[in-house]
Amino acid sequence: MGLKLEDYTGSGTFAHGIHPPGHKNLSQDEPVRVMPTPDTVVLSLHQNIGGPCEPLVKPRQTVAWGEIIGKGTSFVSTTLHASVPGIVQRPVRMTLANGRHMDTLPIKTEGEIPSGRGLWDEIFGGNWPVTGLDAYEPARISLAINEGGLVGLGGAAFPTHVKIAPSDKKPIHTLIVNGCECEPYLTSDYRLMVEAPWPIITGALLAGRSVGAKRIVIGVEDNKAPAIAALKRAAEGTGIKVAVVKTKYPQGSEKHLIQAVIKRQVPLGGLPSDVGVAMSNVGTMAAVARAVIYKKPLTHRVISVTGGGIVNPSNVLAPIGVSFGALVDFCGGLTPDAARMIAGGPMMGFAFSNPGTPVTKGTSGLTVMTRDEVKAGEETACIRCGKCVDVCPMNLVPTKIAMASRHQDIALSRRYNIMACFECGSCAYTCPAHIPLVQLIRAGKARVAVADRS
Amino acid sequence: MKPIDEILPTAPVIHVSPSPHLVQTASSTRRMMVDVLIALVPVVAMSLFVFRGYALFQLAVCLGGCLLAELVFVKMRGRPSTLKDGSAIVTGIILAMSLPGTAPWYVGTIAAFVAIGIGKIIFGGMGMNLFNPAMVGRAFVMISFAGALAASGFEDVRSAVDAISQATPMNAYKINGVVTPLTHLFWGTTNGSLGETSALACLLGGLYLVIRRTASWEIPAGLIAAVLVLGGVADLAGPADGWTVLHHILGGSLLFGAFFIATDPVTSPLTPTGKFIFGAGTGMLIMVLRLFSGYPEGVMFAVLFMNALTPLINRWSIPTPFGGK
Repeated sequence: MGLKLEDYTGSGTFAHGIHPPGHKNLSQDEPVRVMPTPDTVVLSLHQNIGGPCEPLVKPRQTVAWGEIIGKGTSFVSTTLHASVPGIVQRPVRMTLANGRHMDTLPIKTEGEIPSGRGLWDEIFGGNWPVTGLDAYEPARISLAINEGGLVGLGGAAFPTHVKIAPSDKKPIHTLIVNGCECEPYLTSDYRLMVEAPWPIITGALLAGRSVGAKRIVIGVEDNKAPAIAALKRAAEGTGIKVAVVKTKYPQGSEKHLIQAVIKRQVPLGGLPSDVGVAMSNVGTMAAVARAVIYKKPLTHRVISVTGGGIVNPSNVLAPIGVSFGALVDFCGGLTPDAARMIAGGPMMGFAFSNPGTPVTKGTSGLTVMTRDEVKAGEETACIRCGKCVDVCPMNLVPTKIAMASRHQDIALSRRYNIMACFECGSCAYTCPAHIPLVQLIRAGKARVAVADRS
Repeated sequence: MKPIDEILPTAPVIHVSPSPHLVQTASSTRRMMVDVLIALVPVVAMSLFVFRGYALFQLAVCLGGCLLAELVFVKMRGRPSTLKDGSAIVTGIILAMSLPGTAPWYVGTIAAFVAIGIGKIIFGGMGMNLFNPAMVGRAFVMISFAGALAASGFEDVRSAVDAISQATPMNAYKINGVVTPLTHLFWGTTNGSLGETSALACLLGGLYLVIRRTASWEIPAGLIAAVLVLGGVADLAGPADGWTVLHHILGGSLLFGAFFIATDPVTSPLTPTGKFIFGAGTGMLIMVLRLFSGYPEGVMFAVLFMNALTPLINRWSIPTPFGGK
């Protein structure tokens, strides 16, 4: 199966990977609902990969919606804005869903912002030009993105202005917009592509212009036909192509989407720019369009609140910093058999237990799984069947790495390329002996990192 | 008080755990063992059809021996019982299928105890053993009770069962130069170890294992390819005595070994490349033993030898990671 796309050499897929049940039907047909402004939001000063923010406001200070409240402390860092109007409270240290303890700025809401359909129109509606974008200078685009506080909204939360910055050292020929959403359950990107394809297209044109890409491709998995149709319609006449790639996990991984679309392998330890590619998520593109054209910061995002443990699985437009508990309440609450709350999807998401945990810019969803779904199989001995080898998208030998990690054998785990693992979870999903491969490898990676530093 | 998991849920109880939170439940170690048992059905059925009471007797001895040995040795280690994982049943049946039906009861029993005790438990139980347990047991009795597993051990001219009153095809050829017709080797109406006689039954079960991906196709493919190549060369270079490469493939325990013995995941390499090397090496050794050694057959020794090489093959076949050089 080819991409049926002239000039593109990829086969639309990559070697290995898995086909977990999608469970997308829970929320894929639910149009995005706008959440009423919560009473408080809690904004972590560290929302992204890279450096944290430095607060620019004092407790009891009144801030307006979208006002800058923190600025980046390094190049790989970005600006933080008030996602609701209100009064800044005393900073508190909180545990984020990913387990990191971070200083946060709570804001008590005071004042009005548009609600319901009005807020949706304010953020994704309006006029999204596809011509006349030459007026925006590449350097100004990346500056506007930084001022808008944008990070990758697909989950990794890498500051977007760094990715989209023009570079002479590593020329970019292709911008790939990632609309794969290969994590089971999650449907936030899907809903955005269906309901608001226009800002995605405008954002992609601006980002493409910023990096100097000659071509722009949007990669979408073939189980999202309505999204593909909507994007194609919106992209008409712009030169942007939609690449329909195979539905397979982890298709949305940066390296594997590049392989599927242009058949280039990002070198180990390298970045997409090493093969002339810039990649960003569809939601990020919509935020780019808003930041560049309307000078509006990232204050809200679409979040899937789904899973068998949620009474009314939905897609919600909510302010950054809202608590997961408030999202759950907005979606009807938890079912009695709810057993695990996960920030993100079930393959790479983080489980947490405190409903007060705040949403960050990179939160693409809240998946709540039921008791039956998370029942852990009993761990038995590895019978070296090699099924983990057969599914590893990085072509590693997970069981060897995991056993080397368990026995704290750093040299052996290095020989088996432990640092190439990006913890997609395909091996642990597949393992018939139910060995916690990812957990072991993660511990091993930490140990190797420590050894490297000393 | 009952554990929390057994009480009907009335309120959410939130746990945390590292990712991934989704685990496929369809495949488990036990399920893989059940697959092997299903694949063994045609082989066992054919052995019962050809050898009748002899097969039933040997199955009972080996199965009983393996289960008892597993029970006793695991208990001696002070570990919870592992009978449920099904591996002792698989070892027992494969061991029985690799012995002649005429072997006396103590041969099967000793083979079973050696297979489980020295072949598996002494290394630390399932998943830890270096050598295929059934083959360890068989090798032990083959050397200790040479008579029972030599040419004369298979035959009993007074037996009421037709197959047993003849020489095995491998012995008939090695000793007297008699070539058994291919159709007999294919259907399995010949003398031999219980499970090896019918090429058809081995192929049926083997295909099921490969399609279910319980066994990797690379091992039988490499093994049969090596036999085809070396057997072809032997055909061209050797005397035209009627024993061809096809006899090599359909005769003896080659197919049974290729699909049921060499494919034991624990004692074979991890990566597809490693598995192919392992299969090809086993095939080559089988041909070397068959053509140049005093034994008419070489599957068992070939598999055991390659088992010993498996850690090395694993080391040689570390795959290049995605994006690596």
